Amino acid sequence: MALVRVHDFVLPDRTKFVSQKASTVSLRHFILSASALALSVSATLVAGCATTSAAQPAAAPATAPAAKPKAAPKPIIKGMDSHGALDPFPSTYKPLPGVPTAIVGATILTAAGQEIENGTIVFSEGKIVAVGKDIAIPEGAKRVDGRGKFVTPGIIDIHSHLGVYPSPGVQANSDGNEATDPNTAEVWAEHSIWPQDPGFNRAREGGITSLLILPGSANLFGGRSVTLKNVPAITQQGMKFPGAPYGLKMACGENPKRVYGSRSRAPSTRMGNIAVARRAWIDAADYNRRWNDYRAKVAAGESAGDPPKRDLKLETLAGVLNGDVLIQNHCYRADEMALMIDMAKEFGYKITTFHHSSEAYKLAPVLKEEDICSATWADWQGFKMESLDGIAENAGILQAYGACAIIHSDDATMIQHLNQEAALAMGAAARAGIPVSRLDAIKWITANPARAMGIAAKTGSLEVGKMADIVVWDRDPFSTYALAQTVYIDGGIAYDRNDPATHARSDFDLGRPSLEQK
Amino acid sequence: MKPVALALALAVSAPALAVADPIAIINAKIETVGPAGTLSSATLVMDRGKIVAIGASAAIPKGAQIIDAKGAVVTPGLVAATTSLGISEIEQVPSTRDDGAGGQIGAAFNPAAGVNPDAPTIGLARLNGVTRAFLTPVAGRSGNGAHAHDDSAFDTAGGHEQDDPTLFAGQSIGINLAANSPDLIFKTNAGMVLEFGESAAAAAGGSRGASLIILKRVLADVRHFAANRAAYDKGEGRDLMVSRLDLEALVPVVQGKSPLLIRVSSANDIRQVLKLAREEKLSVVLEGAEEGWRVASELASAKVPVIIDSQAALPASFETLGTHLRNAQILYQAGVQVSIMGSRDYNNLRQSRMNAGTAVAHGLPYQAALAAITLNPAKIWGADQEIGSLEPGKAADVVIWSGDPLEGQSYPLAVYIAGQAQPMTSRSTELAARYKPSTDGIARPAYRN
Repeated sequence: MALVRVHDFVLPDRTKFVSQKASTVSLRHFILSASALALSVSATLVAGCATTSAAQPAAAPATAPAAKPKAAPKPIIKGMDSHGALDPFPSTYKPLPGVPTAIVGATILTAAGQEIENGTIVFSEGKIVAVGKDIAIPEGAKRVDGRGKFVTPGIIDIHSHLGVYPSPGVQANSDGNEATDPNTAEVWAEHSIWPQDPGFNRAREGGITSLLILPGSANLFGGRSVTLKNVPAITQQGMKFPGAPYGLKMACGENPKRVYGSRSRAPSTRMGNIAVARRAWIDAADYNRRWNDYRAKVAAGESAGDPPKRDLKLETLAGVLNGDVLIQNHCYRADEMALMIDMAKEFGYKITTFHHSSEAYKLAPVLKEEDICSATWADWQGFKMESLDGIAENAGILQAYGACAIIHSDDATMIQHLNQEAALAMGAAARAGIPVSRLDAIKWITANPARAMGIAAKTGSLEVGKMADIVVWDRDPFSTYALAQTVYIDGGIAYDRNDPATHARSDFDLGRPSLEQK
Repeated sequence: MKPVALALALAVSAPALAVADPIAIINAKIETVGPAGTLSSATLVMDRGKIVAIGASAAIPKGAQIIDAKGAVVTPGLVAATTSLGISEIEQVPSTRDDGAGGQIGAAFNPAAGVNPDAPTIGLARLNGVTRAFLTPVAGRSGNGAHAHDDSAFDTAGGHEQDDPTLFAGQSIGINLAANSPDLIFKTNAGMVLEFGESAAAAAGGSRGASLIILKRVLADVRHFAANRAAYDKGEGRDLMVSRLDLEALVPVVQGKSPLLIRVSSANDIRQVLKLAREEKLSVVLEGAEEGWRVASELASAKVPVIIDSQAALPASFETLGTHLRNAQILYQAGVQVSIMGSRDYNNLRQSRMNAGTAVAHGLPYQAALAAITLNPAKIWGADQEIGSLEPGKAADVVIWSGDPLEGQSYPLAVYIAGQAQPMTSRSTELAARYKPSTDGIARPAYRN
């Protein structure tokens, strides 16, 4: 079975982009390397055409008029080059140490369409090397008895504020909403994360191996999200999921209009929400044009003048327009989702996921058609007007229409048992006469969020070649009584219920009341 | 855990008249939560609103409607120990909230007038097996203490309004969740609710010590008032801190006749509360008690029951740093009477059974978990003679489940309140029915575009 390729999902309406990926990417690389090259060239004061390198065949066409040697483009000052996929705060994540391991005799839910009874999964050097029945156990592999146990991919939460709204919930550490402007696309959640939030450890005990940390929903554009691997670390960079694309948090509805309306500024209505957002996309498209013009001139060897001034807010929005940054859109009501879809089409970007999406079930055929995931709770609803029509059958109805359903938490307690939240949604679906199998329900909390976070090629299902992010449960994970026994992240033991040495306590927890210390 | 195909058989049992025929549920696995324990294949007979017989060989009266449970689990209706169900509907819409009194009134506040029998949340809770609920007001204005599920409460972070000096939130009342009933209240003045710890300290001006002084002075005033009513009415005697209505409401509390529910979290605060209860001879119940496990033996010897959220696992505040998933088990093992609540949110009452399941996963015996969401809440509020277990003479609050009631995938197949079969629909199921894919190929006319 083919692995799900990230771009097949996140950029489905950009299949041209995907099929032309090689050239598109190489063009981008060319632009970046051209400026780097220009730097070195100007540094060495070589006269004439700077792009004679054989490594850049697309540039400096041999037919360029040789009679009129051009000046090298001015180098871009460090930190002033604008590109949505830049990585100025790079991951320093290192996988936990692991040994080649075979879990034998368990019921394996692959989240890739299989439930394997008495199955075996083998992983080595952080990657899954075999899954199935009657798998030969490689010599030297550690054998783990999985009989009576269930094995699933690591649980993934696509909506978390761990670290940005950490425990304990005090104002001093409340860093999730830069509620000072309806558009704060320039802020990045990773700059607010407190890695010592004890909530990360509790979540790991519930099987969470990867999670998306989002800014809050006060603003129409809340800022960039960050994908983490759920390992204890001193720095946020130490948790950062290598290679995961960025996301941009957007919000519909009540929150932005309430926050800014109460300050007598736009937006104060839903139509204000859309107007302010459209203005921002226009600015972003214009920013994109200026940079593209500049780059095209540089590429063509024409005089490009000074580059446009880098703008962090527009850079993130332009990153969305260019397909580098995924839209994670807080939106409850079906009618508002439809408006957001039209706005996305107006400016040519793709919405990856609607979050909370209490009314997604009303729009399920459209969401399937548009290939947009819906991340929702099992049945948290009715706490505000826009969540009034939330129902526990939401995920089940989405599933019945073949749309992408995700169970998310948005909560530091619920993240500890997303498996059981999924079970509630399964129960409601069964009651409504549209039962959902474990095969599908496990995807709600693994493969589907991975897909919507742009990391499905790397994790989210138990398939050969993917990261060994694995949970061993003591029973059917959809039971209320199920407990994660062992949590592997990239093949290393991140948590073992029976081994206190793996029970991480954050620095904050030290010297505090603890049952374990008794 | 296969759902028993019972829905069809039960469809005939829709409520008809106030006085219906007797109903006999046969072939049921009955969790009585009473002295009879678990009955593996038994019959339960209800008549005129009460349970009249229960057991393997219970006689089925003539003319009784017979429901074949086909082995399904039958439990008492779940009892919400402390909630805003029916007095608060949409958390962020103040006009739908009647769960708090504001600063003018404290102990005298009774939420009865605000109980809305038409609130869809009641049907939602009922469809999750809840048949009775004890409503406990929140301190301060309605909406105080609200927990938003998304992050939209951020701009009111800090929670407790400082302009509200109320420590006493008001009185608790008991309601049933029967459909089509104009008056749900079955128990008035069930008890009194008091805040302690961080929130009370904030209300008292910033410190726990201050809240304790105010509290002791109010209690002294109540005793003084109770002993000198005539003088009070003549305008004689010393100045008292609170109004006459508040004083009246607190008299049964200082007499130890009425339970005082105290919202308290940390081990240290719980010790303060236990000391206060000893000194003032109060009959107290704790809500929250996140660090209860650290003082379990003290709670047991003081015979103080607790109502906990057994999913709590985070140091969410500085008064809950020791929160632990084994709280329920440790308290139970020490001999404390444990009740389990859902989150206070009226939209999430279904969580109480899931929370009970979580407690089982972390060591609480199954029967204790069932009692924690049925009989024990009834005991706390002095209603256990009437409800909370399946015993002859008690109200026929009965739920037939599709599976183990503590499993998230299970759901009620039938719910009876005081012997009346309840409708198995709610606003939520109506929405689902409208939008789920049609199985008959007929496109529904409304709301399809």
